[in-house]
Amino acid sequence: MLDPPRESLKSIEMSKIENLPVHNDSLLRFMTCGSVDDGKSTLIGRLLFDTKTILADTLTQMERTSHKRGLEAVDLSLLTDGLQAEREQGITIDVAYRYFSTGTRKYIIADAPGHEQYTRNMVTAASTANLAIILIDARKGVLTQTRRHSYLAQLVGIPHIVVAINKMDLVDYSQAEYERIRASYLEFAEQIGLQRTGHDITFVPMSALNGDMLVDRGAAMPWYKGPTMLELLESAPAAHSERNESFRFPVQFVCRPHASDDHKLHDFRGFMGRIESGEIAVGDEVTVLPSGLSSRVKAIQIGEEKIERAITEQSVTILLTDEIDISRGDMIVKKSEAPEPVKQINAMVCWLSETALSPARTYIIRHTTRESKAKVGEIAYKIDVNTTEKLSAEGSLSMNDIASISFKLAQPLMVDAYSTNRATGAFIVIDESTNNTVGAGMIQA
Amino acid sequence: MTTLIKQTLSHLDWLEAEAIHILREVAGQCSNPVLLFSGGKDSLCILRLAEKAFRPGRFPFPLMHIDTGHNYQEVVNFRDQRAAELGERLIVRSVEDSIKRGSVVLKSADESRNKHQSVTLLEAIEEFGFDCCIGGARRDEEKARAKERIMSFRDEFGQWDPKNQRPELWNLYNARSHKGENIRAFPISNWTEMDVWQYIEREQLELPSIYFAHNRDVVMRNNGIFPVNVRLASGEIINEPKPGEEVQNIQVRFRTVGDITCTAPVISDADTLSKIVLETATTTITERGATRLDDQTSDASMEQRKKEGYF
Repeated sequence: MLDPPRESLKSIEMSKIENLPVHNDSLLRFMTCGSVDDGKSTLIGRLLFDTKTILADTLTQMERTSHKRGLEAVDLSLLTDGLQAEREQGITIDVAYRYFSTGTRKYIIADAPGHEQYTRNMVTAASTANLAIILIDARKGVLTQTRRHSYLAQLVGIPHIVVAINKMDLVDYSQAEYERIRASYLEFAEQIGLQRTGHDITFVPMSALNGDMLVDRGAAMPWYKGPTMLELLESAPAAHSERNESFRFPVQFVCRPHASDDHKLHDFRGFMGRIESGEIAVGDEVTVLPSGLSSRVKAIQIGEEKIERAITEQSVTILLTDEIDISRGDMIVKKSEAPEPVKQINAMVCWLSETALSPARTYIIRHTTRESKAKVGEIAYKIDVNTTEKLSAEGSLSMNDIASISFKLAQPLMVDAYSTNRATGAFIVIDESTNNTVGAGMIQA
Repeated sequence: MTTLIKQTLSHLDWLEAEAIHILREVAGQCSNPVLLFSGGKDSLCILRLAEKAFRPGRFPFPLMHIDTGHNYQEVVNFRDQRAAELGERLIVRSVEDSIKRGSVVLKSADESRNKHQSVTLLEAIEEFGFDCCIGGARRDEEKARAKERIMSFRDEFGQWDPKNQRPELWNLYNARSHKGENIRAFPISNWTEMDVWQYIEREQLELPSIYFAHNRDVVMRNNGIFPVNVRLASGEIINEPKPGEEVQNIQVRFRTVGDITCTAPVISDADTLSKIVLETATTTITERGATRLDDQTSDASMEQRKKEGYF
């Protein structure tokens, strides 16, 4: 028997409107989880509509289509169905990206279909998201798909979870119903340890159809004192992690303009890449992996402009004080926090391809800017995404399967556990014969 | 209580950093890429991004323009000037040559040449053996582009199969291809029209003059503004008014530039970058809705053209 659901501390803090932080000019990537029936498309349509992202001509086109289908009001969900092929089938079968801006913040929405057979799309959408909106139909409460979406958000390490209890209009905007669903979700979250693994959970009651508690509060739910959906989005932290992370700089490209007419450039060696985590300043002591050679940062540049310090997600060029041989695929780290290069990894893998994983074959693993041939060692267990139970593994993986697998590597990789670093803990699996991306991996500690 | 909020990048800095990362991935993964450059605003942003990605070195790819022969002279001149200033190699291949070769057959002389660019592009890809074309397409431009990958795969016929695209996770791009196949890379996929203008303003990028308000002969056609009597570099005049159409000289600007026969201007007095940013923020019509006459044929027309190899 579980204790009555406890309030998450983070959840309380997030819910006080006056405590919400303001982020000037930042960018947030989030995803929406739910099926067509949950009103997901209506939610996105409403966010775009109420932030005035939908322009008149698009609206006219939607009106025409709505009338053609015999609807009286404009169907906002029309905005998000994309391709002809999908419209004919009436379903969305791939991740679509949408954009809106509030003036203080730009948003990128990854919109993924929620059906079980589209686990791979959910994982794809989740991989770049910092926040997940999990939609629950207030009439139905916590369903199998809610559990699946929550588990996947946890697996892919989305730090902020917003549970949107939608269609409140169909349960008479009942606070009791809202509280019941909220309690039952928290009970489930406790079971899978969502908060233990560092995720914060916030709830909002909503009617996407009528626009209650999305952008405007509406008059129907005076009992709810927490932030609206948009207020939650506006106040969520934009950094991909709130932790202090180690500096990780995978080298993408080496700039050696020695053939240039400019003599000053003959000795120029710039190491170009994006800071995946942490930060770096001129003068810092660094180590280059896998060679293990050390040096100091002489300069940091963006193009030809020199800067003193650079932070996570910045694309920069780093110059070192010593002449060290560095090429694409190497990693520059701080001397005091260097990871150990490894030739074997254990990872949770989501299989993305219609062609099943074959343990007999050799695959390519791309990790940061580095590639290695890889052989499948052992499939330890599979996960039932609906119950989060571990299942004994058979010999192979089919599309949408998630399993714990070990790989033997031909080249050493400089990895961190995915739970500590979403960039250096992630990899993709490539099929050498087709060049397709067939798997997504998250390295286990 | 004060919460420590980690320092993050502004939205333009973030978009810039992402685009630089994508350009460098193309350079690192592909053996013979090319940057498609038309002189238009999106490709001018990409040139600035390429400078930030690769200077003080040279670009690890040439620039290429597929010229329909029906481009505004101001834009063509600007294209040449900008490539020369950067000291980078510019390749121009023209639809006119494909017509001469017989690989493009026009239904009528004044037909829009926009869709025929695909043929010329594929011919150029084959001629130079390019394995990746970098372009300025954005996902916000059109419904069919919302699901486009940043590294989009095209088969040997240049065809885009929406059902056969590689999943794209984290920032781990897969630009591998076999001989004959091709990757289209879109570094500013995640930018909106507003982001583009804000970036141009921040970076103070120079643009072809027709992006700013100017006087021009136009007629009203199909509920839109249609530019008429446009003089090409060759001296030829195209887009003659039809009998009965009233030619007016009014103040307009282009939100997007492309083939003269299918790109319409909008009425505007925005003659500076800041006025354009303000106008973009308050507009009620989408970029393509207002200005691209070729997308309006059907809701799905862009998807259709992409399947046929359009950029």
